[in-house]
Amino acid sequence: MRGFLLNRLSQSLILLLIVSVIGFVVLNLLPGGPLAQFGLDPGMTQDDLDRLKEQLGLNRPLWMQYLDWAWRLLQGDWGNSFRDGAPVLSVIGRHVFATLLLMGTSTAIAIAIGTWIGIRGATHRYSLFDHLATVGAMVALSIPTFWFGLVGIYIFSLKLGWVPAGNMYTIGDGSVLNYLHHLILPSLVLSLVHVAIWSRYMRTSTLDAISQDFVKTARAKGLSERRVIMKHVVGNALLPMITLAGVQLPSILTGALVTETVFTWPGMGRLFLDSLGYSDYPVVMGLLMFSAILVILGNLIADIAVAIVDPRIRLG
Amino acid sequence: MVASIQAVAPHDVALSIRDLTVNLPEGMERTHAVENISFDLKRGQILCIIGESGSGKSVTANAIMGLLPKVIRVSSGAIQLDGMNIIGLSPDKLRSLRGRVVSMIFQDPLSALNPLMTVGAQIDEVMAAHGVGTPKSRRGRAVELLTEVGLPDPELMYHQYPFRLSGGQRQRVMIAMALALEPTILIADEPTTALDVTTQAQILELIREIQRRKGMSVMFITHDFGVVAEIADSVVVMEKGHIVEQGSAQQVLKSPGHPYTRRLIAAVPRLTGEDRVPLETADKTPILKVEGLVKTYRSGSALFGKERVVPAVNGVSFDLAPGRTLGVVGESGSGKSSLGRLLIKLLDCDGGGIVFEGQEIAKLSEAEFRQLRPRIQMIFQDPFASLNPRATVGHILTVGPVAHGTAYAQAREEAKALLAHVGLDAGAFGRYPHEFSGGQRQRIGIARALMFKPKLLIADEAVSALDVSIQAQILKLLDQIQRETGVSMIFITHDLRVASQICDEIAVMQKGRIVERGPPSQIFLDPQSAYTRELVAAIPGEQPGPTRPVAANG
Repeated sequence: MRGFLLNRLSQSLILLLIVSVIGFVVLNLLPGGPLAQFGLDPGMTQDDLDRLKEQLGLNRPLWMQYLDWAWRLLQGDWGNSFRDGAPVLSVIGRHVFATLLLMGTSTAIAIAIGTWIGIRGATHRYSLFDHLATVGAMVALSIPTFWFGLVGIYIFSLKLGWVPAGNMYTIGDGSVLNYLHHLILPSLVLSLVHVAIWSRYMRTSTLDAISQDFVKTARAKGLSERRVIMKHVVGNALLPMITLAGVQLPSILTGALVTETVFTWPGMGRLFLDSLGYSDYPVVMGLLMFSAILVILGNLIADIAVAIVDPRIRLG
Repeated sequence: MVASIQAVAPHDVALSIRDLTVNLPEGMERTHAVENISFDLKRGQILCIIGESGSGKSVTANAIMGLLPKVIRVSSGAIQLDGMNIIGLSPDKLRSLRGRVVSMIFQDPLSALNPLMTVGAQIDEVMAAHGVGTPKSRRGRAVELLTEVGLPDPELMYHQYPFRLSGGQRQRVMIAMALALEPTILIADEPTTALDVTTQAQILELIREIQRRKGMSVMFITHDFGVVAEIADSVVVMEKGHIVEQGSAQQVLKSPGHPYTRRLIAAVPRLTGEDRVPLETADKTPILKVEGLVKTYRSGSALFGKERVVPAVNGVSFDLAPGRTLGVVGESGSGKSSLGRLLIKLLDCDGGGIVFEGQEIAKLSEAEFRQLRPRIQMIFQDPFASLNPRATVGHILTVGPVAHGTAYAQAREEAKALLAHVGLDAGAFGRYPHEFSGGQRQRIGIARALMFKPKLLIADEAVSALDVSIQAQILKLLDQIQRETGVSMIFITHDLRVASQICDEIAVMQKGRIVERGPPSQIFLDPQSAYTRELVAAIPGEQPGPTRPVAANG
């Protein structure tokens, strides 16, 4: 187990290194450069720009800029925003809660509903429920998330007025209930595609587990069908799903960024778009590294969770 | 439902099947899984149901357990369990019988236990499901059961997960589970088929011993007449859903009445203590010389410690003359399959040498070895998995030789001739593997190997997945091919009886080493090593040598 952890951790670090290099290089390949925004300001002269370049160290070769940035990053200094000079970490920190709240809620919804649909589809294979679930999943998968978001806002906010159309809370009202009220629609919209994916995989995984010999043993022992499914099938069916949860994380993150834009949710997605628009390279790089860490961490946790749940890995 | 109008079975009958017919869904090759079968399992006896695949023996067992798949239905007849007809009982009532009145153990102990639950929890569950005992009393009972089935350190075993246990130990856990509520009837569905021969002997002994001690009634499903001879009181022989013969074990084994039974008994590979008449070849120089071959598997990481090193093949040496067959026998984990893969260079060895036709091949690179590949061919175990389901038989046969430079037209003619040679009609050329039975597919596999006109054939458990009667045919075919082409063969098998039939010489492997090598007469009649003696003694149903009680009547 310890060897396994060390192994995975060293892999993760190498992965982060690669991500940072690619991110840094690609970002600096973009036309315009970090100071393009300032160049549009008629009050800025070429001299001003050069001085700024000098101050920010942007006139050095790219590899030196990278090493400098990476070295500071390791020491906890993620740089300062070009926009308002605030430290990148605190800029991200202001937005991270909103994104994690949205991601966490919709992941929980997706896993709960998707698991239930998957198990029921497998135990009632080719039933009306199963067919509807299959068609529903195809629909949810083929329509983009932002469309569901817009339609959701039109129906539930504008026409029915059940939920607010955007934002995370009403200004002046920070109660939990108010947060929840705002959270319902975006988290459901974001979870839709993941319910579809999760239920499809869960159905297959459950069918795999049901056909195993130990399920026959469980039935031969005289267990009730309910216990056979809950105790013997579901546990074994969920095992490969833990890994899937880790793999799905990037797509949930991407989905969250889109959803945030539709619902004017004050999370990292909006921060990312705004920062890109302002050529705020330090914040963009910070967000990139932050998401990479998040995704790698998620996968690491999934791997560890599998190792803990499966005695063959835990003790083997 | 109809229990009241059925005549009550006599008290000494634990299980009585009357005119049982089970329908198969439409579109299957026959309409009934079993048709009009009747038999009795007497109290305190072991009844063996024997038949080949598709005979309906497992369907019968599942019908008794009330575990038939939804699409298969009992259409008529009665199953009386302890005098009660269970056909038409509610699912709930059936469930309450399972595990309590009748319990079952299965073929593959490796997959029959839930990998995520401890052994103790799985035994506990049977009792809990039927509302028996308190958690404390159940725990005590589970440990008692683990002791009873002869597992070492039952207290520790209670907390173990199945993956820590060997196949034999897991089958003991299955038996403990089945015995938990002292059922009247135990159904054992091929419980020893997946086990090594020495483990099989132990499990058979355990079942017989427990059955005697508890006076339990056992319905034992098998395809192996050796096993029947070992434990049966009475026998039911099934073929294609019908009972063709039943009677006492003595009677069926000594004087089988039905031709099918006779054929089955005759097809059982016998331990011949006799040596094969060797094929005369002009050239006596060995085609293959293996010296000090070593292969070690490493798992875990050397960097972070905890590396596990398993010597799979550990200093194996032998010679093989042209036109001869060397049998490599051993139990699972003995390294026999690794040896086969090393010889065909599917694995790279860690040390030692392989000289094939005077050329050292152990050190050759993949590219250098490629031109030699046609001369060493392999026949695989699983006739279902080893043929590409999307390729026609013709394609499967010709693709190799064409890749090695044979013109397609010529390859096609050779393929058609070979198909006829291995006993298939030429029409097989354009058909797909799924259109053939297991035995026919193995013939295709053999034809595929022969397409290259190899000098050496390596057959890895080539007949293990086949029914005995098919097994006999394939062995005969291999023998005939060897006599015609003079090909040398390495025949890897776990079944000593099969090895005794086809091999000129047998090498017994244990833990990566050859512990004994010699002609069948030596291995079976005068084994030199203790391990060989143990293996031979464990063969079910017969003792080797001139006095072979079962074989004498075959």
